[in-house]
Amino acid sequence: MKRSVEEMLASAEFRHLVARRWRVSIALTVALFVTYYGFILLVALDRTLLAQRIGEVTTLGIPLGVSVILVSWVLTAVYVVWANRSYDAEVARLRQLLRE
Amino acid sequence: METTLGTPTASAITFFFLIVALTLAVTYWAARRTRSTREFYAAGRSVSALQNGFALAGDYMSAASFLGIAGLVALRGYDGMIYATGWLVGWPALMFLVAEPLRNLGKYTFADVVAYRLRQTPVRIASAIGGILTVLFYTIAQMVGSGNLIMLMFGLSYEISVVLVGATMLAYVLFGGMIATTWVQIIKAVLLLAGVSLLTGLVLAEFQFSPGALYAAVVEQYGQAALEPGGLVTNPLDAVSLGLALMLGVLGLPHILMRFYTVPDARAARLSVLYATGLIGYFYIIIPLVGFGAAALVGRDVIAGIDAGGNMAAPLVAEQLGGTPFLGFIAAVAFATILAVVAGLTLAGASALSHDIYVSVVKKGQATEREQVRVARWATVVFGALAVLLGVVFKGQNVAFMVGLAFAIACSANFPALLLSIVWRRFTTAAAVASILSGATLAVGLIVLSPTVWVDVLGYPSALFGLRNPAIVSMTVAFLVGIGVSLATREPRAATMFDEEKLRTYLGVGAE
Repeated sequence: MKRSVEEMLASAEFRHLVARRWRVSIALTVALFVTYYGFILLVALDRTLLAQRIGEVTTLGIPLGVSVILVSWVLTAVYVVWANRSYDAEVARLRQLLRE
Repeated sequence: METTLGTPTASAITFFFLIVALTLAVTYWAARRTRSTREFYAAGRSVSALQNGFALAGDYMSAASFLGIAGLVALRGYDGMIYATGWLVGWPALMFLVAEPLRNLGKYTFADVVAYRLRQTPVRIASAIGGILTVLFYTIAQMVGSGNLIMLMFGLSYEISVVLVGATMLAYVLFGGMIATTWVQIIKAVLLLAGVSLLTGLVLAEFQFSPGALYAAVVEQYGQAALEPGGLVTNPLDAVSLGLALMLGVLGLPHILMRFYTVPDARAARLSVLYATGLIGYFYIIIPLVGFGAAALVGRDVIAGIDAGGNMAAPLVAEQLGGTPFLGFIAAVAFATILAVVAGLTLAGASALSHDIYVSVVKKGQATEREQVRVARWATVVFGALAVLLGVVFKGQNVAFMVGLAFAIACSANFPALLLSIVWRRFTTAAAVASILSGATLAVGLIVLSPTVWVDVLGYPSALFGLRNPAIVSMTVAFLVGIGVSLATREPRAATMFDEEKLRTYLGVGAE
């Protein structure tokens, strides 16, 4: 059964797809904000913690700074893996159902 | 330490000409493939995800971040590293919030997306104002930076440096359009990443490849404070505001957004952001090591003696470890970096002038292919000439505030309208125009009243607006204005079209 544009827009599957896409996006954006602002506010408010030594001279701040960059990249990768596996498959399926 | 910095050496000139010859050859090849508007603005949508990843990285990694962050780390230690992290976090946000809808809805510029279901003329004009202001301030910062840089490295006069950058960059964009600009970015990104990797390797080799030993050498000379947070982030509100501008500003930079139209589909757009984030992240992780290396091996006094801002830290440590030829190579890479960033900005500025203003507003979309490409080339000349002129006019100005301004306008004027137009059915033409104009005005106005301009540039004793970066205020207001005006006005046609648009946004149906 092929669907018209209106039927597709009204379908539960399409609505779910859009809702799920934004749920994933918002969850990852929040994780990003927490990571970055967590770091920045730590720098602003608790300087002694970052100045703590973890090696001979190396301070905790150094690995923390690097991990903000690494976590940002991992979050990006999580999104791509989710989108390629789950989102694209559903998009392809729904497009098949659409009447030309 | 003896340095040949500031005198043109044979190796510097050789590398410089090699890079310019290579990029011009690419331009010549691209020029023969650039006939339609699709090719001029969007490289025929034929760029692969990996190529676009490198090109995005090339567009974003400016000489300011290469030389600037290395210098900041060399002179101020850990504070420079804090700065580096902020430059990356916009990329994941770009991916989560706008990358795919942008690719699916747009054609050549981000204004295509904002104006998609709204009334074309007013929205195009407002978006072009936001876009051009952003690109213009960013370009001025790059031009002023490049003039100083080339003056320091090759000993040429400031004005000649600016004209040299302008003329070479114009050749790429004018003849080769987006195809040439993309390849210039890729070449530059590869050169920059290779150069900085090699430099980092040479620095670490001095310390038995142990970052701990490098840090120990820094601490031995400058004390433990070099590895601790200092005075850069003291006011949390200021830090949050700057963070917002850095993070969400990326989502409103026209030259970055424009790159999404060069790839075939949303999937490729997504992958290209992943590659770009990886490359840029790697760059920002290793560049502080270069800075620390410069502090330990060259010394803060020498670095600050040559340039008070520390911008010559990376070239100096390159010369110390690899001799004059390596200095020449790094200098040429820095030059290529500037050229590429300015070329990308010019293409974005020219597309706003020609595609958004001339074709969509003046000609109401009724222009032939030939005419559109001709206008795009004229707009490139106009924008390029303007860039050179402003580069000369703003000689000696503080560059950092102009970059800050560009990001503040991007996140206040362009980003709220773009996001609201993608996600909100109720969004109206009047709201888009009001949001863009209030965001832009407020961002510019508050920066003028902030300590950065009011105290540092104009010399008044105290600022009228306390924050150095206005984003937290100006972006919030732009969102509130966009929402408020939408609720106060009604545009049934826009709401109906939003439903159809969803098919294109989420399923890519009808996307170009």
